[in-house]
Amino acid sequence: MTHIDPHSDDRLGAGLSTNPETGVVPPLSATGWLRWLWRQLTSMRTALLLLFLLALAAVPGSVFPQQGVNPIKVSTWVAAHPGIGPFMQRMGVFDVYASPWFASVYLLLFISLIGCVVPRMRLHWRAATSAPPAAPRNLSRMQNFTSLESQEEPQKVLDTAKARLKGARWKVIDGTDASGSWISAEKGYLRETGNLIFHLSLILILVAVAVGGLFGWKGNVIVKTGNGFSDTLTQYDVWGGGRFVNPAHLPPFSFTLADFQVQFDRAVSDRGSPQLFRATVNYRTDPRAPLQTSIVQVNEPLSVDGAKVYLVGHGYAPHFIIKDAHGHQIYNDAVVTLPQDGNFTSTGVIKLPDASPQLGFDVVFYPTWIPTSITSAFPAPDNPAVYLDVWRGDTGMNSGVPQSVYTLDKSHMVLLGRHPSLIPGQTWTLPKGAGTITFAGWQRWASFQIAYDPGKNIALAAAVIALLGLMSSLFVRRRRIWVKALAGPQGTTVEVAGLNRVEGADMAADVEYVVHHLSPDAPGTDVTKRNS
Amino acid sequence: MTPQQLAQASNGAIYASMITLAIAMVFFAASFAVGRRRAVPVTAAVVTESAGGTAVLTRTDPPNAGDPGRRSANIGMSLTWLGMIFLAAGVALRGVWAGRVPWGDMYEFSITAALGILVVFLLVSLRQDIRWLGLFIVIPVLLTLGMAVTVLYTESAQLVPALKSYWLLIHVTAAIISSGAFTLAAAVSAVALFRGRAERKADGGPVTGLAARFPDQLRLQTMANRIIAFTFPLWTFAIIAGAIWAENAWGRYWGWDPKETWAFITWVIFACYLHARSTVGWRGNRASWIAIIGFSAFLVNYFVINVFAASLHSYSGL
Repeated sequence: MTHIDPHSDDRLGAGLSTNPETGVVPPLSATGWLRWLWRQLTSMRTALLLLFLLALAAVPGSVFPQQGVNPIKVSTWVAAHPGIGPFMQRMGVFDVYASPWFASVYLLLFISLIGCVVPRMRLHWRAATSAPPAAPRNLSRMQNFTSLESQEEPQKVLDTAKARLKGARWKVIDGTDASGSWISAEKGYLRETGNLIFHLSLILILVAVAVGGLFGWKGNVIVKTGNGFSDTLTQYDVWGGGRFVNPAHLPPFSFTLADFQVQFDRAVSDRGSPQLFRATVNYRTDPRAPLQTSIVQVNEPLSVDGAKVYLVGHGYAPHFIIKDAHGHQIYNDAVVTLPQDGNFTSTGVIKLPDASPQLGFDVVFYPTWIPTSITSAFPAPDNPAVYLDVWRGDTGMNSGVPQSVYTLDKSHMVLLGRHPSLIPGQTWTLPKGAGTITFAGWQRWASFQIAYDPGKNIALAAAVIALLGLMSSLFVRRRRIWVKALAGPQGTTVEVAGLNRVEGADMAADVEYVVHHLSPDAPGTDVTKRNS
Repeated sequence: MTPQQLAQASNGAIYASMITLAIAMVFFAASFAVGRRRAVPVTAAVVTESAGGTAVLTRTDPPNAGDPGRRSANIGMSLTWLGMIFLAAGVALRGVWAGRVPWGDMYEFSITAALGILVVFLLVSLRQDIRWLGLFIVIPVLLTLGMAVTVLYTESAQLVPALKSYWLLIHVTAAIISSGAFTLAAAVSAVALFRGRAERKADGGPVTGLAARFPDQLRLQTMANRIIAFTFPLWTFAIIAGAIWAENAWGRYWGWDPKETWAFITWVIFACYLHARSTVGWRGNRASWIAIIGFSAFLVNYFVINVFAASLHSYSGL
């Protein structure tokens, strides 16, 4: 899981778990096998293979509908493919990112990562705390080599070089060998540090995701304008929480949807595309707290009690008053209809299990009704009208089987009649003396997603640290420089050489830096780059 | 100018850019055709450099400056600069017309991405001689622009509310620069594979034919590695910025939306590339193939996911 410098010396390269040692015949003892397996798992080739597998394993989740994103699409897909659908469902194809095989790929990858990073941390600590290695005997064989003559004493030259290098934050040691005195300097430990930090941060991101999954929760609710919501489980339309969330102790905030504004573009080119959604909510952080007002828009959620309230959708709720055959009012409410197209042709149902006989209505709401069409012509309520089907019989609501509030089970009901276009204020006298229904008006509803994720700040911090580590592991160069000073008949011969341990970068600038400070006006200060 | 005139001026500039780049393409292609018979001694000059343990990306003097192929490539470079200026004007005018950053739909993202590719290429060309890459840059740019003006064009100026955020500037800018750099890396890797095959065929001898017009394989591989080492953190940043925005807009920082999934896949493949570069036996041709696969994943994310997938990122305007 880590990058090995192609030019790394023996000291760094030895004992690395990432050393490619595949193909070695394993010893036959049990511990030998285990050690061999561990070495295989933590080898670079395995990491490479697991990364490939991870990329490959993520693909089906973008091809097939996913349970967590769109459960309805999943059931439709399975129903449409009765042969292979159920099998694929068992294999987790519709819930890839929670499937055991996806988890096994990334968990193996993380084990491989830990197995690789931990020994490297030890090695890096040793390298960073110990002195740079002694200067090689023959500097002229190095990647960047230059020599110059100086009138200073050898020791003076080396002291100057040492001071300059230390000033530029090199780690410097000095020594003497048969050919003379030398200094050896090393820099760029941040490359490996960044590399290790990057990989460790990835583990932290995984932890953050786990924290969010175990302690976080998320719910959706539809609120009609003027209506309220308080953060208890029963008020949600959909709610899901982690293993360690107690649904009885959700944060006690509440809010009312005071107003909801929507604007659609009326220009020809963009006709009907949304320009603005804005919900005004009055909220309390707990029942005794003062009432506060806030705007909730797309990209501008409301933060309350650690949770965030997001505006995710909107629609219309036509208001009906229904009376029975004796003129008694049996229904007086706005019914939420769900938009079916971009022009907000919206459908919903009214169920009256307490009427006798039971009644049910299919409702289609057109914000802009035009007589010749069965769909709305524009998403704004320019000419609202409703289409109604009225059914009589058994709604099935007393049978105990749970039902969706958006569909009417018509298996035990008879169609009484239909009205193609009731407009606000109009009353329709139902056929066969079933009573009357009045389209009293309409209001808007907004749907909110309310989410609490205690892991997200950890994830953000880990991601930022990972990025910084990544940048230093890719942009910092680990490099060495050596200076030798030899007393000669004409003065001191100074040799400077550099070694860059990162591929594709050279040391000319660093060698130049030393040479420049040793003899600013000496001839031949331009660095000769050796090519062979 | 009236909005109508602004839109027309933007379109005009983009067409001018396409014509200029098409001519540049002809000159780049000609630079390979002309003087093909001569074996160019690039090999000798660069191999010595790599034998010392380094393959340094320094400007190497054109070994045959008087070559008609070189002249043709130079004209191609000049025309590419001109095409870039036209395109920049077209993108800027589109932004003025729309009154916002010009990447609100797929048409605008495409023309800006094409500009990104050209800018990255031309900036790199200031530091080193990459005229040999011109053809492989101008062709994808022309394809992108052609697709933009024919299939993706939209008159729409309005941003949907979900895009009204300063993260549009941050997240998408990072993605656009990444797209330019990934294109460059994939083109260089493809040339490296081509050149490598010729080198193996030559079996130590001088490389002849078309392949002789390119730098040696080791240098090409190092160049691709440097581009990817620069782009990978940028792409990481684009994903993180996208996650922060997603948290703010949709209530979760990561939801395996198809776009997010493919951004992740692209990221993992380029992570593979970086690991392959430090694995014995994977540094050469295999790494080049990984770079090309990574770029393909990026393209899938852009064209296939934007248009065909039911994604929260479906802002293509189609």
